[in-house]
Amino acid sequence: MFEIVIGLEVHVQLNTNTKLFCSCPTSFNHKQNRNTCPTCLALPGALPVLNKEVLHKSIMFGEAVGATVNRTSYFDRKSYFYPDSPLAYQITQLYTPVVEHGVLELDFEDGTHKTIRINRAHIEADAGKNIHEGDTSKVDLNRAGTPLLEIVSEPDMRSADEAILYLKKLHSIVRYLGISDANMQEGSFRVDVNVSIRPRGDEKLYTRVEIKNINSFRFIQKAIEIEVKRQSEAWEDGVYEDEIVLETRLFDQNKQETRSMRGKEEAADYRYFPEPDLLKAIVTEEMYEKYSKIPELPDAKRDRFVKELGLTEYDANVVTSTLEMANFLEEMIAEGATAVGANKWLTGELPARLNNGMTLETSPINSKLLATLVKRIEDKTISNKAAKDVLDYLFENEVSVDEAIDKLGLKQVSDTGAIEKMVDDIMVANADKVEQYRGGKDKLFGFFVGQTMKASKGSANPQVVNEIVKAKLG
Amino acid sequence: MITLKEALKLSKDELKKFKEELRKDIEARAELNGYVEVLDHGDGVPIAIKDNIQVNGWSVTSGSQILQGYIAPYNATVIDKMSEAGLSAFGRTNMDEFAMGSTTESSFYGKTQNPHNADCVPGGSSGGSAAVVGAGLAIAALGSDTGGSIRQPASFCGIVGMKPTYGRVSRFGLGAYASSLDQIGPMTQNVEDAAILYDIISGHDEKDSTSVDMKDESVTDKLNSDRKLKIAILPKYIEDASNDVKHAYGVAIEALKKAGHTIVEKEMIDAKFDISAYYITATAEATTNLARYDGLRYGSRVEGKNLKDTYFKTRSQFGAEVQRRILLGNFVLSSGYYDAYYVKAQKVRQLIKQNYENIFKEVDLILSPVAPRTAYESGSLEDPLEMYLSDIYTISVNLAGLPAIALPIEKNADNMPVGLQLIAAPFQEQTLFDGALSLEKSL
Ligand SMILES: [Zn+2]
Repeated sequence: MFEIVIGLEVHVQLNTNTKLFCSCPTSFNHKQNRNTCPTCLALPGALPVLNKEVLHKSIMFGEAVGATVNRTSYFDRKSYFYPDSPLAYQITQLYTPVVEHGVLELDFEDGTHKTIRINRAHIEADAGKNIHEGDTSKVDLNRAGTPLLEIVSEPDMRSADEAILYLKKLHSIVRYLGISDANMQEGSFRVDVNVSIRPRGDEKLYTRVEIKNINSFRFIQKAIEIEVKRQSEAWEDGVYEDEIVLETRLFDQNKQETRSMRGKEEAADYRYFPEPDLLKAIVTEEMYEKYSKIPELPDAKRDRFVKELGLTEYDANVVTSTLEMANFLEEMIAEGATAVGANKWLTGELPARLNNGMTLETSPINSKLLATLVKRIEDKTISNKAAKDVLDYLFENEVSVDEAIDKLGLKQVSDTGAIEKMVDDIMVANADKVEQYRGGKDKLFGFFVGQTMKASKGSANPQVVNEIVKAKLG
Repeated sequence: MITLKEALKLSKDELKKFKEELRKDIEARAELNGYVEVLDHGDGVPIAIKDNIQVNGWSVTSGSQILQGYIAPYNATVIDKMSEAGLSAFGRTNMDEFAMGSTTESSFYGKTQNPHNADCVPGGSSGGSAAVVGAGLAIAALGSDTGGSIRQPASFCGIVGMKPTYGRVSRFGLGAYASSLDQIGPMTQNVEDAAILYDIISGHDEKDSTSVDMKDESVTDKLNSDRKLKIAILPKYIEDASNDVKHAYGVAIEALKKAGHTIVEKEMIDAKFDISAYYITATAEATTNLARYDGLRYGSRVEGKNLKDTYFKTRSQFGAEVQRRILLGNFVLSSGYYDAYYVKAQKVRQLIKQNYENIFKEVDLILSPVAPRTAYESGSLEDPLEMYLSDIYTISVNLAGLPAIALPIEKNADNMPVGLQLIAAPFQEQTLFDGALSLEKSL
């Protein structure tokens, strides 16, 4: 009876070398408060100077989602007091953002598509971090002033699944562009979800509730489902007006509930106004020309993989869903593996062995190793089944594929002489069965093949065995 | 007191001796309270520095309790530029807290006296800088001007004070009051010294985004008091000024005519619009610029029972005028009022700019009062509204970002100095100094 309406705000931390408004490095692994200067500490008299690299990356994003890149954008001050905000205002872009009016295409597994509108993407400065230790609270300002691109969608999504699909697509785009590490755990891809419900057929937007900072796709899905349930129940119980208010809620993954962060009565007034310390941010034609030439994006890569590599639409979608996988595949092909073989092992056997948080990047199997393995199947050195054992072995031992095959003794015997000898021996030892076969008992064919494979300890090429058995039995 | 021009010729030894004598003189007139601390930042020609300009290693407090204990860890760009030119910061001077005031009475360090009459204020907010130059206790000083804070105290103390075009002098290292209005400028004994110090501190700075990237052209070597200029006077505009000011205005007009300049009459839009646009813009910016003073990272923290209480207690250290402007700024920016106040004020600001642009299509300079009258008696300007109205002749220059220079014209019957200002079009500092030098010579 209800339609779910979801809009998403994603804070993407841009991977620039230096901060948004000063020349401090953006790496956070340093000692607390080490990467700071008068500007990002908000000392008296310090001033912000825009890091142009941030504009460059914004142009790339705008181009990737078919948006308007404003040649002139402005910064505004958003005021609020908090210890991790040294200026007590955030420098952001409220009135004229750098990127506006983009779109993102979602492709569903059933082959249907949906276009989600992106309202805007604006540049803003990140806050520091508060660290609470018992009775004391400390502030680390290493992150303060790191550039963020906040990407705001229109409320175009109608289910948690659509929201997740949008987020995964967005994640993959910023990774393809190389403008962010987009690591959800480390907070470089932070998602705020706006959820509301409405009776089906109603055009009006009802009260939206914001759920903040959820750090995995799985939790986002869960948080949306739980919040929708809360709102639907409130509606059905006739207490919607009282219980569902414009507010920010936190998702508690342990209790599986969303909880109010701040009351309505304390609704913040951010007192926005134009930042007088910064002049307009200008995207010159030269800058636009240079940075609007963006790398191949997931959709284009998928289409190319279908067209040029002969992958199915489904396989191509899976393998291009992350840049790491797509690159891995292309590297394997460059090493001489066939596209279909490479794809099968890359998206099937390899991930099945990535346990305990191991990823494509941290796994001991690089693209060259996996490509060699696939080639050994394709040149019939080993069987498909033997290759699985080789892969297991490679996870445990730092050796080459050929060394692993030797070590395991899994080299396929395709030498027809040796196989003929084995078949002859088996026919002699089983003369009665030869008679029966020749008398019409076709089923016994499998018996001879099986015995030959057994005699070869599985190393005989099954295809060659088949042919020889067939010829000898007549 | 020797001039800046003369001091630049002194050897290191002579400067050292000079500074020793200067310290004694400052000590001897401690009751003036122009300096809040006599610190020495190098071996160059000593320049007094307003307490809101960052000097590495100095306590820099903007005359406020909230910044007690804060030591600046870096130099303002103007301080670095001075060092390169053989000048060095010497003594920090008193000011109205966070440059909000016209009398230098709101400082944490107490009042500064007017060097010409101990019962009068030196003006503000750069009152300390003006007083020490006026009293012969500094060769020259730096001040900052947001709504007249260099020109008005210069006028009250009988010295020259110059506000450069917005963007000419880097604001990097200037404790901000209102970012779109603030400029650092020279406060000197004469026009030529002002030009010298202006040349030293001006120029593009990559650390200040609002600094203008223009070719650096020095004005001092091209100073020419013989240029014949067209100068606008404002008969209607000066009607509200005191008789002393009107008299000085007449004297200046005669002097300019005598020097061969052409005088034309012009009109400015009603100054009441200036006041509204200024106090809305300045307080909106100030309320955010001062939000960083929360006692968490530096300055004077007053511990409360929780975070909110700590914020409250710490920020209660701001003086009454600062609190008033923070409240006003928050009000004009608050939702529901933003369009009615802030947005409208920016439109008025544009109109003021256009008004000036139109006048400067026809003239080179405008002659204007600096303040409606001479220095007030201490304690007489306590009503905030009356104080805001005393800025009537100076703030439009900041709203339009123009260069202007205040210089002494004469003394009134009570022997108090009366100053006037010349205003030029943006970036026409050369014309401004040429005209000011001519006026100074012909008085
Ligand atoms: Zn920094």
